[in-house]
Amino acid sequence: MSGAPEDDGGVSIAASASERGAERSRSRGSALAAVIGKARADGRAALIAYLPVGYPDVDTSIAAMVAAVEGGADVVEVGVPYSDPGMDGPVIQEAVDVAVRAGVGMPDVLRAVEAVAAAGAVPVVMSYWNPIERYGVDRFADDLVAAGGAGAITPDLIPDEAAAWLAATERTGLDRVFLVAPSSTDARLAATAAASRGFVYAASTMGVTGTRATVSDAAERLVARTRSVSGTAVCVGLGVSSGDQAAEVAAFADGVIVGSAYVRALLAGEGPDGVRVLSEELAAGVRRARVRT
Amino acid sequence: MTLSAHAPAPDVPDATARPEWPDATGHFGVYGGRFVPEALVAALDELTEAYEAMRVDPEFVAEFARLQRDYTGRPSPVTEVARFAEHCGGARVLLKREDLNHTGSHKINNVLGQALLTKRIGKTRVIAETGAGQHGVATATAAALMGLSCTVYMGEEDTRRQALNVARMRLLGAEVIPVTTGSRTLKDAINEAFRDWVTNVETTNYVFGTVAGPHPFPAMVRDFQRVIGDEAREQVLEREGRLPDVVLACVGGGSNAIGIFTAFVPDAGVRLVGLEAGGDGVDTGRHAATITGGDPGVLHGARSYLLQDDNGQTIESHSISAGLDYPGVGPEHAFLHDIGRAEYRPVTDAEAMEAFALLCRTEGIIPAIESAHALAGAMVVGRELGPDSLLLVNLSGRGDKDVETASAWFGLGEHTAPTDDDERAVEAGRGAEPGPGLDEDQQPTEGAVTNDEAVAGPDAGEQA
Ligand SMILES: Cc1ncc(COP(=O)(O)O)c(C=O)c1O
Repeated sequence: MSGAPEDDGGVSIAASASERGAERSRSRGSALAAVIGKARADGRAALIAYLPVGYPDVDTSIAAMVAAVEGGADVVEVGVPYSDPGMDGPVIQEAVDVAVRAGVGMPDVLRAVEAVAAAGAVPVVMSYWNPIERYGVDRFADDLVAAGGAGAITPDLIPDEAAAWLAATERTGLDRVFLVAPSSTDARLAATAAASRGFVYAASTMGVTGTRATVSDAAERLVARTRSVSGTAVCVGLGVSSGDQAAEVAAFADGVIVGSAYVRALLAGEGPDGVRVLSEELAAGVRRARVRT
Repeated sequence: MTLSAHAPAPDVPDATARPEWPDATGHFGVYGGRFVPEALVAALDELTEAYEAMRVDPEFVAEFARLQRDYTGRPSPVTEVARFAEHCGGARVLLKREDLNHTGSHKINNVLGQALLTKRIGKTRVIAETGAGQHGVATATAAALMGLSCTVYMGEEDTRRQALNVARMRLLGAEVIPVTTGSRTLKDAINEAFRDWVTNVETTNYVFGTVAGPHPFPAMVRDFQRVIGDEAREQVLEREGRLPDVVLACVGGGSNAIGIFTAFVPDAGVRLVGLEAGGDGVDTGRHAATITGGDPGVLHGARSYLLQDDNGQTIESHSISAGLDYPGVGPEHAFLHDIGRAEYRPVTDAEAMEAFALLCRTEGIIPAIESAHALAGAMVVGRELGPDSLLLVNLSGRGDKDVETASAWFGLGEHTAPTDDDERAVEAGRGAEPGPGLDEDQQPTEGAVTNDEAVAGPDAGEQA
């Protein structure tokens, strides 16, 4: 019986990756903070697109990510397929299930990260914790640095359980994005934001169709509460699917995260072209946000 | 009763004293903890705090004891099964009769506690996952008793294997939602229940069915189930004047096993043996023997052993027993395994069914197929230890729900039920249809999330 997953990355590779990471954190700081800061300097919110690797197949999913970037996404969340995506709704489950069954894994994810970086956007991995732990936390961090990734968003890893990830990201200079929720206490908001680097992911209650006004209020309140305890950027996802909705969220958040709408375009068979068109609409949306009165 | 002929009884430990694990944040060594979306942390904190207050509240202690006695029928008896024991190498075998509890298994012990907790925190709706349906039936029962609205998530595959329990839950007023995602079994029902919880956490409490999941569930469910071992230890001491040599229990998520083990953990001379579902055999890859055939990782909110592939994807488990057909296991078992306090062995479908038939014919007791795994373990361990050894087996449930599966296995009559093989289900002409329990007109309870419109609250998926 094997023990905890071991990092089997070579020592010298790890050392050089770690030097590179440390150098990056010295020279450039957080890649996500930089791109979000640049958007802010342009007077707009950043557009963050989520797409899972491996739907409908690895190559098409990578082409879709590149198309999202061409359409105007600043950041791509490169989704790691997982068999038990407890936080995902039916749209993403459906796509991810295909990728899981096809055996898509971390090497494919790293290839997608490279492609997004080459397309000129900032890639950040989005993964439930077990695939990272299974791959080896340090090995993942080193390979992600080598592929040009900014860091990772970990939806089921709270800072309380993240000792190994905190250490690996300190060593490599990678960003680490944790989530906050409307139910988070002030103390947890502060601790979670303090543990985050790059941005804080404000996950606000979805509700069902037709409750968007309420949800939007909750998200705005959550952003305000997070900002009151942290200087880190706060990005929000709300099931945004149109340019108008993106504009609405962009009025109070540093970044607008869109997932299901992109995945729906792929599920509908619109392919990378459909993703590009959606990205263009959303990118226009984050640029016409007015500051709320 | 042979009290005085034996050595004096060892000291009885304080039954309310808990093991020194988990720590304050729910860790059993490196296992356990909370690997959950932040949106659930507040609810888990609320549960932990309310539970810690409740467990020492004399009013709760009295109410829980009253329900266990008057409603469940506790204490459950210990039965010596001499004719069955002839097949166990001459060892003496005692059964702890959780099958005689109201609703037919140990699951009721836990749900009564969690239902009282639900009322205490002012929530009006409970949700539960279920595999064999026993936990779902128990939860539906407690909800009916306490006037709570109840939704049960059950893998579609399991609604076929356990159609009788689906009907029971519906008779009890619960809504049963067949889960069609993933492998359509218990693990997917748990995912769906978590999605419901995260969406409806203000009104809803998640009554988790076993000693897995995020803190506080493993510790809380253990506390509610430990009555099994607390009673049994006293009962065995009283009738035998000594402790058993070995305590055996089947392990799905691990609640009946932790329930009977906990009282004996401090008794260094008592071997604790957990029997995992070996399915077609561990070497075939078609099994649910998580500790024997898996390795450490994170699933359903906690670190423990699990069945996973090289990408960290959960591997679908296989067992003739729906209640053991789970690719994870509670973190305390992972810990007891690693520190060497308990041992875990696989039992194949065939071995379990042999023991199942044997108990029926030698003792007139139809066991749950889950529990039959523990009986099969006793047949092996008894032969290893020989005469004079004393085995205590947790008979976690009765087999009424399994009559169709057993009939199909043994080729009896016209009843054939599928195990976990869809083709066979369709051929058998049963199981292809969900069965009479699944009437389409049923109204969902308020706030229910059906599987085609499940929307996680802070839905990383929608937003990600
Ligand atoms: C009778 C019976 N025994 C055992 C189990 C397995 O659960 P656990 O390992 O939590 O006791 C079940 C689950 O449904 C069951 O119904």
